[in-house]
Amino acid sequence: MNLNLKVWRQKNTATKGGFKLYRVENISSEMSFLEMFDVLNEQLIHEGEDPITFDHDCREGICGACSMYIDGKPHGPWQANTTCQLHMRAFKDGDTIVVEPWRANAFPVIKDLMVDRTAFDRIIQAGGYISVNTGNAVDGNALPIPKDDADASFAAAMCIGCGACVAACKNSSAMLFLSAKVSHLALLPQGNPERKSRVVNMLAQMDKEGFGACTNTGACEATCPKEISLTNIARLNQEYLVASLTDNK
Amino acid sequence: MLDAKIPAGALDDKWTDYKGHCKLVNPANKRKLEVIVIGTGLAGASAAASLGEMGYKVKAFCFQDSPRRAHSIAAQGGINAAKNYQNDGDSVFRLFYDTIKGGDYRSRESNVHRLAEVSANIIDQCVAQGVPFAREYGGLLSNRSFGGTQVQRTFYAAGQTGQQLLIGAYQALERQVALGNVKMYSRHEMLEIVKIDGKAVGIIARDLITGKLERHFGHATLLCSGGYGNVFYLSTNAMGSNVTAAWKAHKKGAAFANPCYTQIHPTCIPVSGDHQSKLTLMSESLRNDGRIWVPKQKGDSRKPNEIPEEERDYYLERRYPAFGNLVPRDVASRAAKERCDEGYGVGSSKQAVYLDFSEAIIRYGKIEAGKEGNDHASQEDLIKLGKDVVKEKYGNLFDMYAKITGEDPYEVPMRIYPAVHYTMGGLWVDYELQTNVPGLYALGEANFSDHGANRLGASALMQGLADGYFVLPYTVGNYLADEIYNKAVATSHAAFEEAEKEVSDRINRLMNIKGKQTVESFHKRLGKIMWNKCGMARNAQGLQEAITEIQALKKEFWSDVKIPGSIDEMNPELDKANRVADFIELGELMCKDALNRNESCGGHFREEYQTPDGEALRDDANYMYVAAWEYAGESNWNLIKEPLVYDVIKPTQRNYK
Amino acid sequence: MTWKQVFTSSIGKKLVMAITGISLILFLVVHVGLNACIWANDGGEMFNRAANFMGSNVVPRILEVGLFGGIFLHIIQGYMLTVQNRSKRSIGYAVDYGNRGSKWYSRSMAILGTLLLLFFIMHWKQFWIPSRFTGVDEVQLSNGKSVHNLYALMRDTFQNLWVVILYVIGCISLGYHLAHGFQSAFRTIGVHNNRYNKMISAVGYGFAVIVPLAFAMMPVSFYLGWVN
Repeated sequence: MNLNLKVWRQKNTATKGGFKLYRVENISSEMSFLEMFDVLNEQLIHEGEDPITFDHDCREGICGACSMYIDGKPHGPWQANTTCQLHMRAFKDGDTIVVEPWRANAFPVIKDLMVDRTAFDRIIQAGGYISVNTGNAVDGNALPIPKDDADASFAAAMCIGCGACVAACKNSSAMLFLSAKVSHLALLPQGNPERKSRVVNMLAQMDKEGFGACTNTGACEATCPKEISLTNIARLNQEYLVASLTDNK
Repeated sequence: MLDAKIPAGALDDKWTDYKGHCKLVNPANKRKLEVIVIGTGLAGASAAASLGEMGYKVKAFCFQDSPRRAHSIAAQGGINAAKNYQNDGDSVFRLFYDTIKGGDYRSRESNVHRLAEVSANIIDQCVAQGVPFAREYGGLLSNRSFGGTQVQRTFYAAGQTGQQLLIGAYQALERQVALGNVKMYSRHEMLEIVKIDGKAVGIIARDLITGKLERHFGHATLLCSGGYGNVFYLSTNAMGSNVTAAWKAHKKGAAFANPCYTQIHPTCIPVSGDHQSKLTLMSESLRNDGRIWVPKQKGDSRKPNEIPEEERDYYLERRYPAFGNLVPRDVASRAAKERCDEGYGVGSSKQAVYLDFSEAIIRYGKIEAGKEGNDHASQEDLIKLGKDVVKEKYGNLFDMYAKITGEDPYEVPMRIYPAVHYTMGGLWVDYELQTNVPGLYALGEANFSDHGANRLGASALMQGLADGYFVLPYTVGNYLADEIYNKAVATSHAAFEEAEKEVSDRINRLMNIKGKQTVESFHKRLGKIMWNKCGMARNAQGLQEAITEIQALKKEFWSDVKIPGSIDEMNPELDKANRVADFIELGELMCKDALNRNESCGGHFREEYQTPDGEALRDDANYMYVAAWEYAGESNWNLIKEPLVYDVIKPTQRNYK
Repeated sequence: MTWKQVFTSSIGKKLVMAITGISLILFLVVHVGLNACIWANDGGEMFNRAANFMGSNVVPRILEVGLFGGIFLHIIQGYMLTVQNRSKRSIGYAVDYGNRGSKWYSRSMAILGTLLLLFFIMHWKQFWIPSRFTGVDEVQLSNGKSVHNLYALMRDTFQNLWVVILYVIGCISLGYHLAHGFQSAFRTIGVHNNRYNKMISAVGYGFAVIVPLAFAMMPVSFYLGWVN
């Protein structure tokens, strides 16, 4: 199939960007979306133009590096999917596809479609862990964990940190990301000792990074490649409420 | 001569004795010692976090935008540990034995035994970090079985075990970053090792966003940069996975061991066309329930569901009745290749075999119906109930398969074919994981140490975390204890100056070639040579041809590669060119190593050396050694042999029948 | 953590919205119940009596102060949140995200809220200000007590078709505002149990339809002469 692409080009964070039109031909429906971009980039290099920069790594939907806002949807039209796993079957001959970077002030554009998501790392640094030094652990079976809790925790821990939730949210809120991490650890007994400080500090960091507040619209849940549930946000709210009401200082 | 520094004494006591006698660094001194960690996968993140916890000053580097994206994240199936929670006869010795045997008797007993010893601690540590492993209804940890073993010792988190373990290590790492013990450098690539008086004292790294070169001092440098499977262009590795860090170390004197040992994973989604940029793995755990078959009739073009049971050849079950579909990876891969080469392959390319779940679906359906006391369930009901069970176990893998191929694996058998997955070879390290360059260590897939000629499933995660959490934190102290007398070297030192100049000269040279062919096209060509002549089956003639072809490709690369953009900006093409240049050199060494090893073992299969029924034929008399190659100038290497001594295990022909 | 930190955090701000929102929902219950007295068809006797009770008793008067506090807090915080949230994305998308996973009204709470505010201003001017300050004609109840004849005020006000239409539009805005606001408020205060969430969302949608419908029927009833 032949396609028209309208792609955001931006030299670096400091300069202003804009859309450019490209055309790719003889694209197979078996290609992934990024492989289609590989074809375009090879074409651009041959034409002496700068190829399009975009984040990608594992290309199997788990590392969370890829991040393109395709025709109005983070990771494109398929649900529960990442850009790298989007295949060209999703499009038809003659389509014009608009590709933009994640848009949020907390995710500044580095170049073209590549954005800086280190804010997520800093949110984790604020408390997204269990403080256990290597060698401190007791036997893995010493602490039985109800299967339902372990499963719910796992469902939250599936978050790949791609930032699609932020990109989809009209408020650029990172609440789904934050709630996934808080839920992952709050649902496990190991997470209990730091439960309160964790949610308070991580939220403070999220606010500091310049993400918006959640208004429960649900766009994030529908966009999340790992289908992280909105329920986690409600759980986060409760964790926060309990932490702030029972604070003793 | 390379000294593996294996402690004396009985195998069971070596590690305990070592820990009891190695030198220690006191806490006040740890604060003065700087350690550089390259790569933040399981090995790198766990090492950086552990060293940070101990009080060392750590600098961690990764080329990705976040340490959480390292390719360990893509490991699916699980992690082995000798816990014997299933009461099925597992023990440290059995894990040790299975690993040595799985590696086709080409690994060091001492290292592998240590790996088996610390395996149980890894699970405990990960559980404590909040890794949500699969559990039984009683709340205790669940296990499953994996290829090459007869016990259930694999811990898992659905099909995303690597992700969960990496996130555990990443969280520990970020905690140390927050505490100020680790400084994180993401989107940085290590491009050179700096040496003074033969010792590694730091690195030159490139900030991939600005293109600036940076100098970093470290009393010790740990390479945790993963494997080099991308030398084949198409592999299950991430697009960015590369050999550059290890290769720079190699060119600065670190020996590269067993480069020809590559693991071809039997269950990957087949190549669909020329555009393909990477291959996707379907976890080995699928072989627990899926049955592998091809039609009995050559070139059978019927749809799989139209081929009756008696016309299907379940060739693994036929050839290996004891292990059946759960034979080790190298055996399963070769068997698939053999069937396809003989003309029994399926799918449009005929380079695929079926992995069929229909029997498992019915089997599970019957169990579920039985639970409900329904002994007369219809076939449809059984299928429905069975599908739910299969979905629960492998849902995410089935979804992934459907997305990539557009086929529904619940209805039609999956098509699979072997693909490059893991590299057992890597930098030569001694018992302490130190390369032959003092102060330079290699951990995880980047080293060669534990898997011999073939790695068993669910052992890579185990090794990465064992090295990072439980081995290196002891062994590096043994070296650093003597380094407390040495002050940090200023990065204005001539050695740093010189190393930086080397790097910038090379980058300038690459940028100034201004040829016609893209980096990608060179990489693809290299991959084709490697896959065809140094892939699943090799022979002397092919390897010799490959060496000539690679040398020619190298010349062409350095005279005709085209890299757009400039040096002082984000330039992924330049990054890739740097990596491909190293892959080309590595490819040559791999072929050289494969040519040298006149035997078949594990992932290295030389067509000239096989038993009458097509199994790998080892030559223990002549090749029971680690082939460590020392760089001696362009296209020139010296072979150093480290003999493998088996005190406890008696090597035999691997038998999975 | 100080209270200030709690209520200026992004979750704290939402909490303010949720708590004030829930109190306004409670007020709506009282308001709709009281106004439903018009359908007693007793010439406004019952309605006027109830209205008089609310207007003269000290407890509702105190609550009224709280109510106004709540309304203004809800409005101000709502606008501030909207402005702050918008400012987090300086460069917008060329292609709009659309409706996947979210309803248009959940993304339009500020607009719906603004419509409601305009409606309230009209509503206060027509009813609340006269009854509190500028005065309303008196009427004698059957027990001989003389009270404001708010019933007559309603009857007269709702003879104008435009007023009726504006009231119906106001009630529709209220319905959509509640359709999202009701369940969102409960999520914000942390209800994450799936069972209760299902109940809350069912009750929420029911509430968002029934209450605004009841309100809308009042001007319609007067205009069409269903009550007299």
